[in-house]
Amino acid sequence: MLRFLLHRLLSAIPVLVGIASAVFLLARVIPGDPCKAALGERATEAVCAQFRERVGLNEPLLVQFGRYLGDLVRGDFGDSFSQRRTVAEILVERLPTTIELSVLALGFAVLVGVPLGVIAAYRRNSLSDVGTMVIANAGVSMPVFVLGLMAQYLFAVTLKGSFIALPPSGRLSPGLVPRPFYEHWGLGHNGVLEFVSNLELLNGLLQWNWRVVVDAAQHLVLPALVVGTIPLAIIARMTRSSLLDVLGTDYVRTARAKGFGEFVVVSRHALRSALLPVVTVMGLSLGSLFGGAILTESIFGLTGVGKTLFDSITSRDYSVVQGFALMVGIAFVVVNLVTDLLYSVLDPRVRVQ
Amino acid sequence: MSEVQVETIVEPASGASGTAGGSSGPAGGGGGGAAVSGARWREVVRQVVKSWSGRVGLVLATVIIGMAVFAPLLAPYGPREVLLDSAAGENRLESPCVHWLGCSGDEVQHLMGLDDNGRDEFSRLVYGSRISLLAGAVAVMLAMAIGTTIGLISGFFSRWLDNVLMRCMDVLLSFPSLLLAILIVTVLGRGLINSVLAIAIVSVPVYARVTRGQVLAVRELDFVTADRALGVSSFRLLRHRVFPNVLTPLVVQGTLGFATAVLEIAGLGFLGLGVQPPDAEWGTMISAAYRNIFNTPHLVFFPGLMIFLNVLAFNLLGDALRDALDPRTAGRA
Repeated sequence: MLRFLLHRLLSAIPVLVGIASAVFLLARVIPGDPCKAALGERATEAVCAQFRERVGLNEPLLVQFGRYLGDLVRGDFGDSFSQRRTVAEILVERLPTTIELSVLALGFAVLVGVPLGVIAAYRRNSLSDVGTMVIANAGVSMPVFVLGLMAQYLFAVTLKGSFIALPPSGRLSPGLVPRPFYEHWGLGHNGVLEFVSNLELLNGLLQWNWRVVVDAAQHLVLPALVVGTIPLAIIARMTRSSLLDVLGTDYVRTARAKGFGEFVVVSRHALRSALLPVVTVMGLSLGSLFGGAILTESIFGLTGVGKTLFDSITSRDYSVVQGFALMVGIAFVVVNLVTDLLYSVLDPRVRVQ
Repeated sequence: MSEVQVETIVEPASGASGTAGGSSGPAGGGGGGAAVSGARWREVVRQVVKSWSGRVGLVLATVIIGMAVFAPLLAPYGPREVLLDSAAGENRLESPCVHWLGCSGDEVQHLMGLDDNGRDEFSRLVYGSRISLLAGAVAVMLAMAIGTTIGLISGFFSRWLDNVLMRCMDVLLSFPSLLLAILIVTVLGRGLINSVLAIAIVSVPVYARVTRGQVLAVRELDFVTADRALGVSSFRLLRHRVFPNVLTPLVVQGTLGFATAVLEIAGLGFLGLGVQPPDAEWGTMISAAYRNIFNTPHLVFFPGLMIFLNVLAFNLLGDALRDALDPRTAGRA
């Protein structure tokens, strides 16, 4: 087990370095002058020269890359040209929104997708099977932004005034500025605490402030449902097909022959191995979650990773693009790693190979 | 979006068993390496038509392709024609007017209303199918050509090259495809051609992986070893033995990939990076209308529906094809 773990960890390193270089290079080839982007179109050549000198854009690419990697190792993501703050500060502010969104979306996808898949497989070819698969196919084919816009219209316009109306956009209602939980608890202040306090739901929960919790939840429900739809559809399909495979195996027949009830056979015997591929799919869904977040965050007015990335690409804010894209890449690698490890815990055969 | 990535993981195993079975069976035919013969393809088509997903997919795809081909006949107006005749009920952002549904006969009929520039939404939708299908097809073909080449090289030649190429693919895969496409479009510049290029580049790893997995499986088969022993050149082996076997999973992947490409091109259009106005493209049309959704939902709804149906058609077709080509699931549909 330890060797497997070590091997997987080591093999992630070249990919991480590759991601860092890809991000660095891509940020450099974005056309447009970062000086003009940072200081405005009318910045003179002299001012720009000074700016390049200060930021280090004059040096050879390789030197810049070396310094970039060195800074990264020390946890320094650089400074934003346009926002006059460090990228790390921006990350602390905006990453939590996307994390909350993704976790809720994935939770929704798993909690609904797995049962749907199980029912569809267990009652194969029944009405509920066909219905589930129709929904799953529709879910996979639905453009995230169309779904988002439709949901927004439905819940914010058509249902306005009813008790299930939801706010169309934003993170919290205007005027609601919750105190960070560390102040409430009389803790000190540091980056990590601030990061956690920006998870609005958690922040509200930690100080038992129900108004904040409910408000934050209301704002997150729609985007989370929207972002979660594609993973949900994929998970439902995957669960169905893999459970179908397992239900036909000898050991399930054996379990039945031993006289176990149907529920025990499905939930204890069949589902455990049927969920293995589903775990992989959950890991891979993260890509679509983040991809969906770019579109969804724009629609729902959430300033998370996706929105920030898109904005900073358009405004040529190199270091922000680098920092955020790197974060996304790292998240992907880490999730894949965790998936692999989870897999090896669930399925002993993987470890042997 | 991640649908395709998912298939990459799942597919090689099942696809490998599929073609391995096909090539050793009587249907293998001719050169011994030809995985799928004409007779087998006819069987596959029969299976696809038999399954409900195949049927629905085929019907939808035919309708949309028909729309694209016969656009000038179907669309009452040109995609860029500005119609502003207030007396006839033609105003900017006019709601749909269908005579059947009780719209007064004095007004000119516009099935889906007019957009923010007073153009007929229905005509724009019809013409939009051309851009969507063409862009998707070109993107998939490009990605397939590059990806297959990389996969063949990677699977067939040295371990070292394989490692380098596959790590590069890993790096590409570790970004959400839309994010990568946005970056590439920003580098190359906005517009239809560049967004097609971006989508193609982004989907290369999928085809490379599928091909490589297939090559690795085929390489170990007896007839390939026999050819090697007879001194057949690597190139010849690749072309006549390996490539035909790779084709089957690629057809499935290409169909599903087409759906993804259409979706992503619409996404880029929505973000304002793809097809530029005044050209009619579904994503771009939504992008122009979505800030006004609370007043004119129809301008978002109809293009959205078209994207959805287009993607759905090829997802269903891809599913049906996969089921038909994979002997393990062949009887199941």
